[in-house]
Amino acid sequence: MDDFILRALAAGLLLTLMTGPLGCFIVWRRLSYFGDTLAHAALLGVALSLLTGLASQLTVFGVSAGIALLLSELERRKEYSSDALLGLMSHSALALGVVVIALLGPSQINLESLLFGDLLLVTQADLWTIGGASLATLAVLALSWRGLVAATLSPELAAAEGLRPRLTQLILTLLIAMVIAVAIKLVGALLITAMLILPATLARGLSKSPEQMALIATMAGMISVVLGIAGSWFADTPTGPSIVIAALGLFIVSRLRGERA
Amino acid sequence: MQIQLTNAGLKTRDQWRVRGVNLTVEAGKIVTLIGPNGAGKSTTVKLALGLEKPTEGLCQRAPGLRIGYVPQKLAIDWTMPITVARFMNLYGGIKASQAQGALDAVGLHDQGKAALASLSGGEFQRVLIARAIARRPNLLVLDEPAQGIDITGESQIYQLIQNLRDELGCGVLMISHDLHLVMAATDTVVCLNGHVCCHGTPTAVANNQAYQALFGADAAQQLAVYDHHHDHHHLPDGEICKDHSHG
Repeated sequence: MDDFILRALAAGLLLTLMTGPLGCFIVWRRLSYFGDTLAHAALLGVALSLLTGLASQLTVFGVSAGIALLLSELERRKEYSSDALLGLMSHSALALGVVVIALLGPSQINLESLLFGDLLLVTQADLWTIGGASLATLAVLALSWRGLVAATLSPELAAAEGLRPRLTQLILTLLIAMVIAVAIKLVGALLITAMLILPATLARGLSKSPEQMALIATMAGMISVVLGIAGSWFADTPTGPSIVIAALGLFIVSRLRGERA
Repeated sequence: MQIQLTNAGLKTRDQWRVRGVNLTVEAGKIVTLIGPNGAGKSTTVKLALGLEKPTEGLCQRAPGLRIGYVPQKLAIDWTMPITVARFMNLYGGIKASQAQGALDAVGLHDQGKAALASLSGGEFQRVLIARAIARRPNLLVLDEPAQGIDITGESQIYQLIQNLRDELGCGVLMISHDLHLVMAATDTVVCLNGHVCCHGTPTAVANNQAYQALFGADAAQQLAVYDHHHDHHHLPDGEICKDHSHG
């Protein structure tokens, strides 16, 4: 088997260490549209990276985090519904990103690889970045897990009893921005949300505790990565979408088994 | 003093939700907020807890308060799988025996392993109370604690709150519409209607004209009755209630 497949496999598996638990928080907090918005904004981040010469992970993280903070501030003012705000931000950032990329010239970047990613182009350096981000995410989650779960379950209760749910929300937002920044190259702007949502949704039906759900989501993500890469190898299909289809397949199988039991 | 509101008010969207509230909660004392819908009772509780910052006035909380809070509405998202036992120990540090004791006290003996999502409204309300008391709080804040709980359960819940106050010496700040059940144990009644319309002992409030104007003579009689009952506690709870409200 070739090196690039092994690298793709390693990158995908490392990515699921983040998308598993973070995907659970996205499902619990009903943030899937929020994740989508950040992913669309990531395109603008890539455009900025071309413009400035900075590493794309850095600019994507910056733009995603910036948009996330702007959103939470606007939501707090309650002048518009968060749904409308998300739609506004999501598509404006996407349009802006596409326009900036087009203005930079025709051959600068492959839009398709931005939208769907290319796991097979992962470099050794990418692997280090993903590994570092995964480690950082797991460390932060481990340190603040109970607080994050409590604040997710009920921000009001947590605040009344001495926690700081706004801080935990900020932590989560930044982690989500980070996972999008490192994942955009692998699975693309359109599919990263699927990687977050699908395994977590599958895990919901099989778990009794938040911790168990995070664990099962991570394992389901890993199985999807392995199946998806194998499928794309044998059927010569695009890798990112193949992983998503594998995750969907797992979800359907888990539902069918659940119905029968 | 555990919590003190001084001339506190909250304004949202150019509208005062409550204004000019003076309120003190002390350890070992029960303060009950009463008032019609929209009077600002929950807002006052949120100011007291620091969930809302007062637009005017002051809110002081003693340092080191260990608060147990039972909110009026808790939007638990059922997308999270969680058992009753795990919910009881939300922040960690609660012993299993402590949690079980609290569940026993609210009459949910073997629901620890049940999924939170599978509980009925009344059971969930009991779990909320159990969770708040399992923390061994020194201040208990309850926003309509008996909502959705059946009639026999109601008086148990209020009895439990009273016992807890006696046992832990905790302060209690509570919103309740069940005047006939709470007044006997209440030290201070604060009657709200956008502002503090009157406050004092149950008897003092019952005799207050502002209170009578707001709630009518019937309600005033209810307060008076239960304060009276407090003075003659040899009679059983339920009977008194029936005799006077029907008579």
